[in-house]
Amino acid sequence: MSALDALGAPTAPSAEPTGEAGLGPWGAAWRRLRRNPSGIVGAVIVALFVLVAVLAPVLAPYRPATGEWFGQVTPTSVPGPSAEHVLGLDSFGSDLLTQLLYGARSSLVIGVVSTAVGLAVGAVLGILAGGLGGWVDTVIMRVVDVLLSIPSLLLAVSVAALLGRNAVSIMLAISAAQVPIFARLLRASLLAQRGQDYVVALRSLGLRQRRIVVGHMLPNSLGPVLVQATLVLATAVIEVAALSFLGLGAADPAVAEWGRMLVTAQDRLEQAPQLAVYPGLAIAVTALGFTLLGEALREALDPRSDR
Amino acid sequence: MTATPQTVPPTGARPLLEVEDLRVRFSRRGQPPTTAVDGVSFSVDAGEVVGLVGESGCGKSVTSLAVMGLLPSRGTQVTGSVRFDGTELLTLSPGQLAARRGTDLAMVFQDPMTSLNPVLTLGRQLTEVLRAHTDLDRAARRAEALDLLGRVGIPDPRRRLGEYPHQLSGGMRQRVLIAIALACSPRLIIADEPTTALDVTIQAQVLDLLTTLVRESGTAMVLITHDLGVVAGTCDRVNVLYAGRVVESASRHDLFARPRHRYTSGLLAAVPRVDAPEGTPLQPVRGTVRDRLEWDAGCAFLPRCGRGDGACRTGGIPLAPTDADRDRHPDHEARCVHPAGATT
Amino acid sequence: MTAGPREAADAPLLQVRGLEVHYPIRSGLLKRTVGAVQAVDGVDLDVARGSTYGLVGESGCGKSTLGRAVLRLTEPTGGSIRIAGEDVRAMGPEALRRARRQMQMVFQDPLASLDPRQSVESALVEPLRVHGVEGGPSAWRTRVRGLLDRVGLPAGAGAKYPHEFSGGQRQRVGIARALVLDPDLLVADEPVSALDVSVQAQVLVLLQELQADLGLTYLVIAHDLAVVKHMSTTVGVMYLGGIVEEGPSAQLYARPLHPYTRALLSAAPVPDPDVEATRERILLRGDLPSPADPPSGCRFRTRCPWVQPTRCADERPQLRIVAGHASTQRVACHWAEEIEAGTITRADAA
Repeated sequence: MSALDALGAPTAPSAEPTGEAGLGPWGAAWRRLRRNPSGIVGAVIVALFVLVAVLAPVLAPYRPATGEWFGQVTPTSVPGPSAEHVLGLDSFGSDLLTQLLYGARSSLVIGVVSTAVGLAVGAVLGILAGGLGGWVDTVIMRVVDVLLSIPSLLLAVSVAALLGRNAVSIMLAISAAQVPIFARLLRASLLAQRGQDYVVALRSLGLRQRRIVVGHMLPNSLGPVLVQATLVLATAVIEVAALSFLGLGAADPAVAEWGRMLVTAQDRLEQAPQLAVYPGLAIAVTALGFTLLGEALREALDPRSDR
Repeated sequence: MTATPQTVPPTGARPLLEVEDLRVRFSRRGQPPTTAVDGVSFSVDAGEVVGLVGESGCGKSVTSLAVMGLLPSRGTQVTGSVRFDGTELLTLSPGQLAARRGTDLAMVFQDPMTSLNPVLTLGRQLTEVLRAHTDLDRAARRAEALDLLGRVGIPDPRRRLGEYPHQLSGGMRQRVLIAIALACSPRLIIADEPTTALDVTIQAQVLDLLTTLVRESGTAMVLITHDLGVVAGTCDRVNVLYAGRVVESASRHDLFARPRHRYTSGLLAAVPRVDAPEGTPLQPVRGTVRDRLEWDAGCAFLPRCGRGDGACRTGGIPLAPTDADRDRHPDHEARCVHPAGATT
Repeated sequence: MTAGPREAADAPLLQVRGLEVHYPIRSGLLKRTVGAVQAVDGVDLDVARGSTYGLVGESGCGKSTLGRAVLRLTEPTGGSIRIAGEDVRAMGPEALRRARRQMQMVFQDPLASLDPRQSVESALVEPLRVHGVEGGPSAWRTRVRGLLDRVGLPAGAGAKYPHEFSGGQRQRVGIARALVLDPDLLVADEPVSALDVSVQAQVLVLLQELQADLGLTYLVIAHDLAVVKHMSTTVGVMYLGGIVEEGPSAQLYARPLHPYTRALLSAAPVPDPDVEATRERILLRGDLPSPADPPSGCRFRTRCPWVQPTRCADERPQLRIVAGHASTQRVACHWAEEIEAGTITRADAA
C-alpha cells in the first residue's frame, strides 16, 4: 500500500465502519446511490420512461397509428401543434404525441425482454464456463469471443434479417449481442471469487461446492450483473430504434416505434423537423437515463468507493 | 553492524526541518471533513534521524506527504508551518517545490512494487532525477547511476541499468528506490515505512543500508514506521503520534527506558518480543483507534487509557516535559496529565 | 471423527509425515509438465493435543501452503496427514466434509474471508445448519450469540455486516466462526499480521484464553518471530519448502542452531535500543532461490554465511539431534555443532 493509499481513510484503521449500522451491502449501496446527483437524474428519467410506457393507453389522447387525420397532411406540409394535437401530426396523419408515447412501449418491452433473454442465456453459459472449467470453458469462451468480435448492431441486423420482420426476431437479434457480455461477466465474477479467502473459508466450514456457488458466489455477482443490465438496456433502446430505422422492425405499420418515426421523418425533414427531433430526443434521453443510472449503480455497489 | 549515532549539532544551530502545528483536513463530497493531522509539531536537525511512530490512522504518512507537498490539492486543507532551512514550504508554488524535491528533500516510499514505473528501465528512472536537477551530460549521468547502484549494494549494476522493475526482487527494488532518493544528495530523506513490505531478513539488510548511507553522507532522515523495534535500532529521536498529534517526543534511549505517555507505555507492554523471558504475558491496550476523544475535548487516548480521569478531559494538553523529567531530561516531552513513572 | 480405540491419550492430534505440495509447471502447446514448484517438500511435524505449534518463515517458504494442505484446502501431492489418528488424505469428499467440523482455519485478512453480503450471525449459523448440528434454529442462534460474546464482541454484533467492524473485531468474528463447529484443531494463518500493533495483543491473548478454556490445539503460522514465540510451545522454522529447525520455543529462541534461524533472530527488530545496538547482526546474502529450482543439497547454502565446500552442495541435511542439546530440538544442518562451537567462522564476519 503506497503512502498515497493512506489518504483513502485518513483517520481510520483498517476499514472504518461508516455509521451505516445494520445495513447490508445493498442498504449501504442504496444510500450511496441516493447521494449521487447524476444517479438521481438517471433514475428519474428511467422512472418516467417506464411510467410512460406502461401508462401509454391512459396518457395518450388518441389511439395510435390510426392515420385518421391524413386529410390534413399535404405533400408540402404537416400540421404542427394545435388545440387538438399538442405536438401536431405525423406524416401519416396520426397524432404525434400518441405515437411518441406508444413508441416508448415498444422500446421498453423489446428492450427489457431482449436484455432478460440475453442475461439468462449469457449467465448460464458464464456459470458453466466458470464453474466447470476445462474444455467446457474453452469451447464456450471461443463462441463468446466470436460473438463479441462482431459489432453488436451488425449482429442484430444479421439475426433479424434471418428471422424475419416480427417483434420476436427483434428481441432475439438484440439479445444475441448481449449474451457474450453477460457470459464473460459471470465467468469472470466466479473465477475472481474462487480465489478469494472467503470461498476457501466456506469450504473449510464444510459447505458443498454447489451451495457455495448458489448461495454465496452468485449473490455476490448480482451487483455487477445489475449494473451491466442497466447499461445494456441503454444500448438495447438504441438498437431497437436502429433496427426499425433500417427497415428490419415489425412489419405492421400500426405499431408505433421511435426508430420508424425517424425513418419516415427523413422525407419531411425541411418542412417538419419536429417529426425527427421528438423521437430522436426520446431515444437519446432514454438511453442517457439508463446509462446514468447504470454508472451510478456501479459506483454505489463498489465497496471501495468511499464517497 | 549498527551505525553509531552522530553527534548532534550544537544547540543554537537552526533545525533543518521544523514542522509547527501542522493540520491537514480532507473534505469529501457528502461527508463531514476528516482531520488526518491535528496539530503535529516536530523538528529535525541536520544529520539527525528522527522517527515518527504510530499505527494506522495516526497521521504519520499524511504528515510526510504534507511536508513533501505531495497531497492532492483538491479537497485538502493544509495549515501550519513547515520550514526547511528557514524557508516556508507550504507557501511555495508547485514549481518551486518541485525544484526542491530531489535536491533538498527526497522520499522513499513504502511499497517497492508500485513505487517504480513498470514500463521504464531502472537506468532511465535513476537518470531521470539526475537530469531534472543536475547539469551532468548523458555519460556522466550514466556513470553516476552505476555508482549509485553500487553504493546501495546491487550486484552487477551495469546489467541492471537496462532491466525493468519486475525483474528484481522486493528488496532489490527498495534499494533502487533508495538510490533514486539519494541521487542528488538531498539534505533530508523521508522514508515512509521503507521496509514494512519486506521480509525480516531483507528488512534488516535494507535498514542497515539506509542508515549507513545516511550517516555517511550526513543526510538527515525522517523514518516513518509502526514498528518500535525498527525505531529502537535506527533513530536518534522518536516522536510518537496518536490520533493526528504528537503525544511523546524523546531521544531514543529516553523513550524506551522511561516511556511517559500511557499510549507509549501501553504499546511497549503490548508488543511481543523475541528476547522476552518465557511466560511473559502480553498486556493488550484495550479498545481500538476509533474509541477516541477529540483533542479539543481532552486526551484522544482517554477511552483506552487505564489511568485516565476527569483531569484528562481538558482540551489543549501541552506537549511538555513531565515533572520527573523537567530537570534532567528537558527534551523528553509528553502530552499526558498522568504520565507513567511520575513521582506524583 | 471419533478417536479409534487404539489411539493413546497422548498421541499427537496432528501428525504429518513427508508432506509434499508440488505445483506442476506446464509449458508448450501440449502443456507438458516441465517442472514443479516445490512449495512444500517433505515436511514432518507432530502437534500434541492442547499445545500450539508455531510455524515461522519468510515469504516463499511454503508455510501458508502447508497450513492449507493440512486441512486439504489445497490438495497435497504426497505424504500423509493424520488427525486424531485418522488419515485425512484417504478420505472421500463426503467424509472429508464431515471431518471438517474438527479442523478449522482462522484467516489472515478477516475482511476477505467473510462473505460481505452476509450478516455475522447468518455467517455463523450457516455451518451449523449445513452440518445438521442438533438443536434447531433458535438453539443455533443462542449458541452463536454466546460465542460472539465470548470472543469479546459487543451485543448486537450479530446483526452487523463485516465492513462495519474494525480490523480487530473482524478478526474476532473470524475466530468465532472457526469455533462455531466446536473443532479440536485450529490452523491460524497469520492471525494478527493484518492488525494494528495495539490490537494484535488483544487477539493473541484471546486466542490463548480460548485455547485454555476449550482445550484447543493450534497450528499458528506467522512470519513474525515474536508472535510465534509468544504463542507456541513448539516452533518450526521453514525455509524453501522444508523445516530447517524445530524445537521447544524457549530453547529455540535462546540457542538457535540453524544458520537461518540465527539470521532470522538477529534480524527481528527488538524495541530496546541497547539490545539493538549491541546485538550481533547476521546478514544473509542474495535473494530467495526459486521454489521451482531449489539449490541442490542444502537449500539454504546459497545464502548461508557458514557454507562449507564439502557436504552442503551434495547432501540434503535431515532434521537431527545435536549433541549437547535436548532431544526435542532438531536441526537440518551438517555443521551445526561446528558453528555453535565457533570452529567454523562466518564468511561475512564483520
